[in-house]
Amino acid sequence: MSGTSLWREAAVVAGKDLRIEARARVALGQILPFGLIVILLFAFALDPDRGVLTRVAPGLFWIAVLLATLLAVGRAFAIETHHNARDGLRMAGLDGGAIFLGKAAAIALQLAVLEVVLGVAVIVMYGVDVHGLGVVLITATAATVGLAATGTLYGVLAAGLRLRETLLPLLLLPVIAPVMLGATRAFEDGLGGVPGDAWPWVGMLGVFAVLYTTIGVMAFGALWEET
Amino acid sequence: MSLVIRLRTVVCLLGRFPALAGADLDVAAGEILLVSGPNGAGKTTLLRLVAGLLAPYSGEAEVLGHDLYHDRLAARRKIAIVGHETYCYDDLTARENVEFFARAAGRGTADVDAVVDRVALGDAARVVHRGLSAGQRRRLALAVALVRGPELLLLDEPHAGLDALGREVLADVVRDAPGEGRTVVMVSHELEIARPLATREVRVDGGQTAAVTPMGATMTEPAAKSTVSAPAVVPAVTP
Repeated sequence: MSGTSLWREAAVVAGKDLRIEARARVALGQILPFGLIVILLFAFALDPDRGVLTRVAPGLFWIAVLLATLLAVGRAFAIETHHNARDGLRMAGLDGGAIFLGKAAAIALQLAVLEVVLGVAVIVMYGVDVHGLGVVLITATAATVGLAATGTLYGVLAAGLRLRETLLPLLLLPVIAPVMLGATRAFEDGLGGVPGDAWPWVGMLGVFAVLYTTIGVMAFGALWEET
Repeated sequence: MSLVIRLRTVVCLLGRFPALAGADLDVAAGEILLVSGPNGAGKTTLLRLVAGLLAPYSGEAEVLGHDLYHDRLAARRKIAIVGHETYCYDDLTARENVEFFARAAGRGTADVDAVVDRVALGDAARVVHRGLSAGQRRRLALAVALVRGPELLLLDEPHAGLDALGREVLADVVRDAPGEGRTVVMVSHELEIARPLATREVRVDGGQTAAVTPMGATMTEPAAKSTVSAPAVVPAVTP
């Protein structure tokens, strides 16, 4: 299939998923408050020592994003289960790679909005200073693409299974450990350390994002058919 | 003679159960084929196989010139199915659902308008799927299928849940199909309604296409295209 057609079909799928989310407001009404509660609970738990809270802020931020990713990925495939919409999407004749890109893009966009809100919450509640805004933004972009691509790929694996809600974290968490590690380290450098030290971690996040996006475009169609 | 569907001793498994146990079927372009048979006979499996939603286990299976073993996606681009479910999204309006499938097929707003009018959705087009009545949902499912301009339209119990208006719309769609270059395969238990629309009837029982009835409504040479034989191979697997 041509590249133009792939991107056109991906845009159709992403538009559909985002329109459903805008209408259902699950991301806004459930996933976002969930992320904020996680950030708030850590603030209460570690409040006696503001120094610790500031130091662990990058890790806590990405843990909140990670948990929200699990919910967003689960939701992205749950909408295909009602009224057998999954078969409808299969019958739509869309390329598997386009479905992957569309779903991953919709998840990434929702995560990006979530990260902005959670980032503001972390700055306000944890008293974090941002020294390298550029590094932070590039890190967040690369990590978000990696999380969305990996989540979409493993989401379709779990989608056809009866125990998908519990299996998805088991499948996904070990795979995205490098994203958690790289994003946390890069954020540490971008927030309170030396921003220039973050680039190796940013590079690793970029490689991870490209790798899993490529694998997803190539493999999603077969997984979508067989699971 | 242009064959739209060509099945030879096709076995299709649901798990380990052979839901189709050696089905043979030829369907020519422009036919309106009625598939009848008792519950659990394999009618829906036959339709899902032809739609490319299920893969054959053995036998020869071609739809619109595409091999169903290796080329199902290409076949699906020319096929639409109206099944027991609507295949639609609860949080989108009826029109938004139609628009999604139209855009996926590279079609535009004019196609959406035409199809919404054709199935007489009216004001219901602006209602989210979860707010539609059963009859409106059936008409929406028909709209979603038609908007893609399929060469082969598969209908699984299309009369179920339809009111008088819906049945009229459906009858028009089926009758107009040959003139629009479309072939129709229709599974139905409501034979008194479905038979007058069909040009030929195939009975499925025990996972096999067991009998053929030339209807002769509009086809000029139905008998030559109606060959259905007993299965050559029946898998030993038991339910």
